[in-house]
Amino acid sequence: MKLTNKIKASHARDYRSVLFVLAAAALIVAPIIIDATVHKSSYVIDIMVRILFYVIFASSLNVINGYSGQFNIGHAGFMLIGSYTGALLSTKLGMGGVWYWVAIPISGIFTAIAGFLVSLPTLKLRGIYLAIVTLGFSEIIRLIAMNWTAVTNGPMGVKNIPKIWLFGLRKTSSPMVIYYIVLVFVVLCLYSTYKIINSRVGRAWMSIREDSTASQSLGINVNRYKAFNFMLGAFWAGVGGALMAIYYRFISADMFVLDEGFNVLAMVILGGQGTLVGPVLGAVIVNLITEFFRFADEYRLVLYGLLIILTMWLRPQGLAGATNTVLAGQAITQDSSKKTAVDDGADA
Amino acid sequence: MSTILESVDVSKHFGGVKAVNHVDMKIEKGDIFGIIGPNGAGKTTFFNVCNGAIPATEGKVYFNGELVTGMSLSQIASRGMARTFQNIKLFNYMTVLENVKTGFHMHTRTNMFDAVFTTKRFKRDEEYIVEEGKKIIERVGLTKFTNVRAGNLAYGIQRRVEIARALATQPEILLLDEPAAGMNPNETQELLEFVIALNRDGYTVVVIEHDMKFVMNLCRNILVLNFGTKISEGSAEYVKNDPKVHEAYFGKGATL
Repeated sequence: MKLTNKIKASHARDYRSVLFVLAAAALIVAPIIIDATVHKSSYVIDIMVRILFYVIFASSLNVINGYSGQFNIGHAGFMLIGSYTGALLSTKLGMGGVWYWVAIPISGIFTAIAGFLVSLPTLKLRGIYLAIVTLGFSEIIRLIAMNWTAVTNGPMGVKNIPKIWLFGLRKTSSPMVIYYIVLVFVVLCLYSTYKIINSRVGRAWMSIREDSTASQSLGINVNRYKAFNFMLGAFWAGVGGALMAIYYRFISADMFVLDEGFNVLAMVILGGQGTLVGPVLGAVIVNLITEFFRFADEYRLVLYGLLIILTMWLRPQGLAGATNTVLAGQAITQDSSKKTAVDDGADA
Repeated sequence: MSTILESVDVSKHFGGVKAVNHVDMKIEKGDIFGIIGPNGAGKTTFFNVCNGAIPATEGKVYFNGELVTGMSLSQIASRGMARTFQNIKLFNYMTVLENVKTGFHMHTRTNMFDAVFTTKRFKRDEEYIVEEGKKIIERVGLTKFTNVRAGNLAYGIQRRVEIARALATQPEILLLDEPAAGMNPNETQELLEFVIALNRDGYTVVVIEHDMKFVMNLCRNILVLNFGTKISEGSAEYVKNDPKVHEAYFGKGATL
């Protein structure tokens, strides 16, 4: 029994790594093939780049909502800070071109500091109260960007954001090159999240999500880890924001309204909180729906609403959601848990 | 022997309710100490004040000679006081091993950078907690449940997982809040032997319990609370024969 299990497990691992390599190859080759074959290739690649942005945003929100169980619904605020930091560093301080490779991490760090500041008043709050604070934060940040004309150029937004230099080789902002740059950051984001989640820090976050009193009784400084959690989530939101500024070469405050935060939240909930693939899946699905139902215009929003309601009703842990969290709800876990108990029983 | 946990004149008031009223307590290192009392006597509240889960209204608590009143639960935990909860607080959706791994938090130092770059510290910590975690799970006799989700286990076993998780913090003193609640006589007997074995390993144990037989068989010294006030303290034998204790449990004039 044990042996067969082991064989099964190693098969599963092989299968997964093959799948992983295939997916990586597909992601690398896809734009080249699309460029060569599809008629309006730049349109398709543009959608792909956008999906990659949202993978970063959704994954970073998932770090906060999915792993430490705090409810942040104002993620757009962090995206805005990162985006404006990147844009202003390049336009006002001349950190365009090659310097972007410095400006992007700086945007992330700056946003992480903002994340730390937001986490301070929220340490004592949880659930819906925390949600309201993050919502307020998001709007305040947007209004500051909108009205602080001297720095942010107010409602006109930041224009003429310089192009990025790829390793000093050439100035470029073709969707194809940006695609690869963003892809690298997506990999970095997912890899680092994966590593952190499977370490002492990730376990501390998950213990806070599951039961914060119990996690305190184990000597975990809940406040500190909640702050770290917000900082990591904000960091990647900031990096994603900066990349977005580089790609669009124009940003304005109304790209970061509350709806944008809800949009990212919808991706996380649909895809599944508390898993690595969940937000990726959510970002892909929501963006594809946006494209396919473009003819329906504003009625698409109705579809989002329906999808979220259906998800919460039928599959509260999301499409690829983890069954090993409180977020999954009672019904789902009981049934999948029976399976584990039986499996392990047979083994023992 | 030296005193490990001491409370001096500790009170906890919830508005007008004096849940704990001027309680003094002294626990010696290596003891098995019981706190008993009728329902609503303030046992758990007193317990919570001692380990920082709730702040004291008045009085002082010393742990290993250090003043710990005003410290948070996690600060006191990091000084070597571990506890379990009356209503079991396991990470239900994690496996037994993951629960215990989380308990090692204080004794590992991995930070986010270590994790991302897989530094030596990360590798050492992960190896250490898996190895030690499995040892602890074996110690409490749960090896066959290592990879079972904690929420799916039987009640008595969950109690053990909670104790295992508390042991992972490598405490000096272990506070058990009603460990035998809801257990059948067999499970209670097993628990009794288990706690005695833990004590032999060098842990000081404090137990809150309703089950008189369990307490009398287990504890060397006992503190009795009623309506938030200490009514008796001493060896199990002394407490058993104290008329005040009889009065609290059976009412005035009861003859045994």
